[in-house]
Amino acid sequence: MQGFRYLDDTAILRLSVEKCIGCGNCLLVCPHRIFQVQDGKAEIVDRNACMECGACAKNCPTAAIYVNPDDGCGCAAYIINSWITKIRGKAASGCSC
Amino acid sequence: MTATLTLRDDLGSIGARTGFTRNNYKITPGLYCLGDAGKNSPVLVTANYKLSFDALRKELMGQNLWILVVDTRGINVWCAAGKGTFSAEEIAYQVQRAQLDQIVSHRELLLPQLSANGVAAHELKKLCGFRGRFGPILAADIPEFLRTGETSETMRTVTFSLRERAVLVPLEVCMTLKHLFVAAVVFFVLSGISPDFFSLGLALNRGTVLLLATLMAIFAGAAATPLLLPWLPFRQFWLKGAVVGAIAALLLFAGLPLTSSIEKIAIFLWVSGSSAFLAMNFTGSTPFTSLSGVAKEMRPGLAFQISSTVLAILFWVAGPFM
Ligand code: SF4
Ligand code: SF4
Repeated sequence: MQGFRYLDDTAILRLSVEKCIGCGNCLLVCPHRIFQVQDGKAEIVDRNACMECGACAKNCPTAAIYVNPDDGCGCAAYIINSWITKIRGKAASGCSC
Repeated sequence: MTATLTLRDDLGSIGARTGFTRNNYKITPGLYCLGDAGKNSPVLVTANYKLSFDALRKELMGQNLWILVVDTRGINVWCAAGKGTFSAEEIAYQVQRAQLDQIVSHRELLLPQLSANGVAAHELKKLCGFRGRFGPILAADIPEFLRTGETSETMRTVTFSLRERAVLVPLEVCMTLKHLFVAAVVFFVLSGISPDFFSLGLALNRGTVLLLATLMAIFAGAAATPLLLPWLPFRQFWLKGAVVGAIAALLLFAGLPLTSSIEKIAIFLWVSGSSAFLAMNFTGSTPFTSLSGVAKEMRPGLAFQISSTVLAILFWVAGPFM
C-alpha cells in the first residue's frame, strides 16, 4: 500500500503481549502488514497503517488484540448517521454500501 | 453451473456497478459444483453478491471444486463481514443445509481473506466440524493458492490500484446523481430570486450555470479525487477534495458566462465545498482508512463544507442585487 497512508496516531489498536501465544493468526488475516511474530510473540510493526478492520482481533484465539469496536464500513455517511442517532436517540439506519 | 460468462452477466455487472440495480444482484445461497467436483475437491466460500461470485467463477474456469455461497443479502464479502452477515454462524448454517459433510470427505473450508473481520476461523470447527482457512484477497490468486496451498505476503496485502479505484467511480457518481433532480429544483428557485421578486429568465440562466457547476463538483469529488488519490496533497480526504474542487472551479470560470465577482466567489465556494464532501464520503470505499481517522477528519471537514455552502448560497442569492 505504498502511497496510501492515512492519518498517523489515530487508529485504536492494542496488543497484550502477555496473552499472546504466538499462533500467527493476526499476521495471516491482516490485509496490511501490521504484525510480526518473533520469539513466540506478536508485535505491532506498523501501527499507523491499521484501518481498524478488526480481522486480527476476531481471529485471535486468546483475545490478545483490541481494535476500535465501532463497526460500520468507515464511510462519512455512516458516521453522520451515528451522530444523528446520538442526538435524536433513535436507531441508526447505517449507510447504503 | 457453467464457468463461462455470458454477455448478460456482463450487462448485469454494469447495472450492479452503477448502483441502479445493485439490490437485484444476488445469487441463491447454497452449494454450487464447478466442473467435475468430487469427494476430495476443495470447498471455497463466498458471498451471494453477484460481482464476487462472477469474479470467482471467472478465475476458476476449468477447475473442479465446490463453491459454498452464504447469504449476505447480496452484499460483497468485505462489507458483509463488517456488517456481521458474513459470519461463522452463517457459514455453519449453510454447511449444514447443504449437508456438506456427506458430500466431501475432507473437513476444510477455504475462506476469502477479506471475510476475516467477520469470521473467526477457530469458531467454525466448533460450529460445524469444518476447519476454516483463509485464502488470498483476490480471486485471481486462488489458482496459485490451490496449487501451493499457501498464501504469499503479497496475496495477503490489500491493494488500491488505479484500476480498482476506477471500478468504484461509477457507483460514487451515480449515488450522487440520484439527488440531483431535487437539487436542480432548489437551484432554479434560488437563482430566480431578484430585486423584482422572481425572474424566470434569471432562474433559467443562473440555474443552468449552477447545475453545470454542480456537475463539475461531482466530477471533481467523486471521480477525479478517487482516481488521483495517491498523488493529491494532504492525507485528509476532505482536503484532497477541496483542492481538486478549487481547481475545477477555476477551470469553470474559463467556460461559464459569469461576470460578477460575487457570483464567482459563490461558485468557487460551492464547488470546492461539495467536492470536499464527496471526497470525504469516499473514505468508506477505500481499504486503508480507519473509522477513528474518518471521525477525526470529519470535524474540520464538515465545518468547512457547511460554512462554504452557507456562504455560497448567500453570495449566489445576493448576485442579482449587486
Ligand atoms: S484491525 Fe485490520 S488492519 Fe488493523 S491490524 Fe488488525 S487486521 Fe490489520
Ligand atoms: S492471533 Fe493473538 S495469539 Fe496469535 S499471534 Fe496474534 S496476538 Fe498472538
